[in-house]
Amino acid sequence: MNSPPAPSPAATASAAGPAARSAIHGTDTLVPSLDGDYQRGVSALWRVLRMALRYRVRFPAAVLAVIAAGVFQLLIPRFLGQAIDQAAGLLSGAQAAGGTAVAAAQAALVTSALLVLGIAVMRGLFTLAHNYLAESIGQSFGYELRLAFFEKLQRLSFSYHDRIHSGDLITRGMLDIEGVRRFIETGIMRLFQLAVLVGLGAWLYMGQDPVLGLLCLSFVPFAVWRGTVFRLRVRALWREFQERMSVLTRIMEENLAGIRVVRAFSAQQHELDKFDEWQRRTLEPAVESVRVRYLNTSMMTCAYFVAMALVLWYGGLRVIHGDITVGELTQFLVFMTVLQMPVRQVGLVINGFARASVSGARMFEILDIEPAIRDRPGAASLAIGNAELTFDNVSFSYAGFPGERAVEGISFTVRAGQTLGIVGPPGSGKSTIAHLIPRFYDVTGGRVAIDGQDIRDVTLDSLRAQVGVVQQDTFLFKTEVRENVAYGDPTAEDDRVVDAADTAQLHDYVAGLPEGYDTLVGERGVSLSGGQRQRLSIARSVLLTPRIVVFDDSTAAIDAGTELRIRDALKELNRTRATIIISHRLSSLMHADEILFLEAGRIVERGSHAALLAQGGRYRRLFDLQMGAARENALA
Amino acid sequence: MPDSAAPSGPAPAPSGAQRRRSPLGHSGEEIFGAVVDPRVLRRFVAFLAPYRWIIVASVVAVLAFTLTQIAVPLIIRYVIDTALPAGAAAGSREAERLLGFAVGGFFAVVAVNFISNYCQQVWVATTAERVLLDLRRAMYSHLQRVSLSFMDRTQVGQLMSRLQGDVGSLQEFLESSIFAVGDLVLLAGIIVVLLALDLELGLLTLSVVPILVLVRAIWLPAAKRAFIRARETSSIVNSALAENINGVRTVQEMTREDFNFAAFREKAAENYRAHVKATRLAQVMVPTVDTLTGAAMAIVIVVGGNRVLDGSIAIGIVVAFLFYVQRFFDPIRSLTMQYSVMQQAMASGQRIFEVLDVPVDVRDKPGAPDLARLAPAIDSTVEFRNVTFGYVPGLPILKNVSFRVDPGETVALVGPTGSGKTSTMALLHRFYDVWEGQVLIGGVDVRDVTQDSLGRRIAMVLQEPFLFTGSVYENIRYCAQGAGREQVERAARAVGAHDFIARLPRGYDTVLGQRGVNLSIGQRQLLSFARAIVADAGILVLDEATASVDSFTERAIQSALEKTLAGRTGLIIAHRLATVRNADRIIVLQDGRIVEQGTHEALLARGGLYHRLHAMNVASFDDVPAEVSAVAADQRT
Repeated sequence: MNSPPAPSPAATASAAGPAARSAIHGTDTLVPSLDGDYQRGVSALWRVLRMALRYRVRFPAAVLAVIAAGVFQLLIPRFLGQAIDQAAGLLSGAQAAGGTAVAAAQAALVTSALLVLGIAVMRGLFTLAHNYLAESIGQSFGYELRLAFFEKLQRLSFSYHDRIHSGDLITRGMLDIEGVRRFIETGIMRLFQLAVLVGLGAWLYMGQDPVLGLLCLSFVPFAVWRGTVFRLRVRALWREFQERMSVLTRIMEENLAGIRVVRAFSAQQHELDKFDEWQRRTLEPAVESVRVRYLNTSMMTCAYFVAMALVLWYGGLRVIHGDITVGELTQFLVFMTVLQMPVRQVGLVINGFARASVSGARMFEILDIEPAIRDRPGAASLAIGNAELTFDNVSFSYAGFPGERAVEGISFTVRAGQTLGIVGPPGSGKSTIAHLIPRFYDVTGGRVAIDGQDIRDVTLDSLRAQVGVVQQDTFLFKTEVRENVAYGDPTAEDDRVVDAADTAQLHDYVAGLPEGYDTLVGERGVSLSGGQRQRLSIARSVLLTPRIVVFDDSTAAIDAGTELRIRDALKELNRTRATIIISHRLSSLMHADEILFLEAGRIVERGSHAALLAQGGRYRRLFDLQMGAARENALA
Repeated sequence: MPDSAAPSGPAPAPSGAQRRRSPLGHSGEEIFGAVVDPRVLRRFVAFLAPYRWIIVASVVAVLAFTLTQIAVPLIIRYVIDTALPAGAAAGSREAERLLGFAVGGFFAVVAVNFISNYCQQVWVATTAERVLLDLRRAMYSHLQRVSLSFMDRTQVGQLMSRLQGDVGSLQEFLESSIFAVGDLVLLAGIIVVLLALDLELGLLTLSVVPILVLVRAIWLPAAKRAFIRARETSSIVNSALAENINGVRTVQEMTREDFNFAAFREKAAENYRAHVKATRLAQVMVPTVDTLTGAAMAIVIVVGGNRVLDGSIAIGIVVAFLFYVQRFFDPIRSLTMQYSVMQQAMASGQRIFEVLDVPVDVRDKPGAPDLARLAPAIDSTVEFRNVTFGYVPGLPILKNVSFRVDPGETVALVGPTGSGKTSTMALLHRFYDVWEGQVLIGGVDVRDVTQDSLGRRIAMVLQEPFLFTGSVYENIRYCAQGAGREQVERAARAVGAHDFIARLPRGYDTVLGQRGVNLSIGQRQLLSFARAIVADAGILVLDEATASVDSFTERAIQSALEKTLAGRTGLIIAHRLATVRNADRIIVLQDGRIVEQGTHEALLARGGLYHRLHAMNVASFDDVPAEVSAVAADQRT
């Protein structure tokens, strides 16, 4: 079984540069390899835009609605000005002309009023349409991204999740999807709105009176410039603030979670000093960004009013000299009020673009990863017979630690009805072996086979259906006990759940809970002790009846008596399946058919319990150490 | 967390569910329930007191700013009605002079506008920011002093959301209420100006306002429900995502991917629907406001135009009206928004003051001296004298407990869960005050000295080795700011942690990950030992780890323990057999009483509870089956 180690491909690869290495190690790699944030941001933006264009009806409809709303918006000053002229112009002429002219003037006023009302209603309706459409596209967009992100995360292999902080993924899933989603509304649509109002407005009003039109728009370049500068500055401050805030958050969180340490060392003052220091530091960028922001808005408002004063002055002169009417002057002044809001939002548009490019890049970074562990094209289902698991000269290194072999030259066979025990100091590679069996990681040398089929040649689903790993740390989902036990098979009937819990010696405890199997566990519910969690984890695997089961130090927190009862209950099941027990406690695995003693990733001793004892090596020493207590007992 | 991690209320605890219930109210988003609460408001005002002058200044600036906004249409009206017609009467020279005068006035208004605008916003925002900091600090420093049992029963997340979310919404409230003053003034100012310019036209134009108010009153509850629903579905989606990310390994182990995806899709779809519905409701207001604005403009045109025709008003008034109508709906909109900001702030305020109201039970006596002045460090005898104590009145946890530990001696406390081991330690450190009896250190009652000096005398190694973000060095030194590199290294060597620290990428400067994830539990435990050594206290208290440590690490910890305890008064809460054997004396607790004490051998020979526990060969005393302690209790009676 112990063949001499073949020249492993990983050994040659480690010299061949990072690209080759990651290809061989099968780590999850990024498909696009662009240089620089900027380029990535731009390409992300294009991709978001292309995705938006896929909404073939809603997207063009939204754009049309924006344009229509802008046009109606621009018509309002027109008709208001016209109405003023009707009232003012007729003031001098109508009285002289007598009754019919007054009646005609009144009729004209009513017409203007109805037109203004109609235009206002239309503007409202089109605004509603474009806001609604933009939001609905954004939401569809968010929905799709969210699903794609979720699905991708579920498929990414352990080696990826080892490297990335879960908090980072959660942030991406919450904030970055939001950033991309809002781009349609705050980025694209507002840009169109701005373009229509300024562009069409300039054309309309400058055509009428170039100088006045120019004066009306004179504050726009200033506002755009300030808006841009301001965004850049505030973004930098914001990032600074976020960074400091996250330190402060961490300080508070650690203080509260570690309050016993704080109290035990009477370190309250020390902690308050730290807190004050970082509170002060968060205040700096916060106050600074307040200053920058409001200096900016005040300047923009100021520029706007200065432009208006100039329009009033120059327009007044033109009226005095009889070049234009009062109504026309009014028209220009009202036009300015139309421009005020959208121009102020230039910063928002820029922000929308910036945020979408950053968030988009971060999203796509995840979405574009190809999971390292996936079905080979045309992979068949695992054909299970005797459940014979073979490790054939297996070696493995974790991504990021290419030089360090987590395990090396591991060979063994275990089949249905047999038990293999694995023991060794922390970090000797025991859990690594457990993780290679369901292909949580792919071996970097040698092969793992079940009933003669290399596990890389069969589908993941069929493999994992036959392999159960009971971990030391049990993750509890925030739901009822029942669902937690039946996690692997949500359709399991109640009696199967109860049976599984019973086998794992958990039933009595659960039955004693106020709501039995309906009791909530996790954050808001009952908290389980370490031993109870481990028993729950065992129950989970019992329910699934895999043909190969690995107990990865999964009874460490369970007392010896209970463990014995669990082992008895499992006896029947174990006849039809291969069992691997990893444990520090020798009493858990001394009945195994073969025991491997691992050290630094290699098998240093192997054999049955009796043989290993007779050998008088490391196993023997460990046994003596652990049995010391028991012997003393016997003497007493 | 293992059951025994904390003195968690009456023992034996009735059930996990009850024990875990948070002492703080449920911090759901009960926006509807919250109305203006004068008590919250009054206490909030107390936090504003230090800033009263800047707040007064802000209000003045807000008023000035609002007045400039009202002034602009009046200037336009002046130009149209006074300056321009002057051309016909007094020649274009005079008209130009008046126009120049008006524009000059306009510039003056713009200058005031600029200054007041900048000042109001900066003052308001920075004040709100400072109040937020004050509130947060008040809560945080209060939490440093409240009883540990409160902290044990409260989830960190719940407190964090008060320290961050709730102070944030009070900040927002403060900011928006000052601006709301401006909105109110703007609204009132516009109404006054409209009515003053022309009563009839003013009244007619304002007639659309009640309609808008009515429509909003009908619309608001429905819209709010939709908004809240949208927010809820978002948080459901996000928490499902977060859970799946955290539990991804289990998901893959159990091949639940497809099932979870289907469940998530349903939640995401619900979220989509809720948001689209909320948008629909929000957008309904847009054409409504536009229609009403249009109607108001139409009224101004028809009625105002006719009044101009019959010569009863000047054209400039009509123009001014048109300007005011455009501005009119903004303050109404933001004022109705302000209402929900206020409701949210009230709810947040209640949650914040709830934290501030958690009583502080243990305080220094006025003028309490330093422990070191009354009892020198070498005399660190620990004595419990007839101590009775509990967390709930009428349910004592410790009943008349007396024992004494001399310097240089190590005593182990043993007993089933809920027997009072952890409470004993908590009393020694005066986390709580005894009901009856006395806890003495070097013959001095712990209540007679400052808590600070008491803390310096006792070093604790806790069950769960807690590490802070920072380097290994900082973690070992912790608050012993005086301790140098050398001292830290000596401590690490003493507990046998030096070797593995030296092997870390940057030695003592290696920054530990989140809670020290890059170290094994045993290694974390060793660092926590080293921390206790650096603290260099006369008394060492050790709450032994329950999470079973492998035999390899156990050996390292055993020898660390011996070195740490040398020459000190040692108290160990033993959870495992291995530790107990090395103690000088063992005290067996059950139901808050000392049932046996003596050396390991003596107790085994006695054949009592200790013997039974030992014979079971239980991995840890915390997992002792109920029947064993019951039998032992029977034997005693």
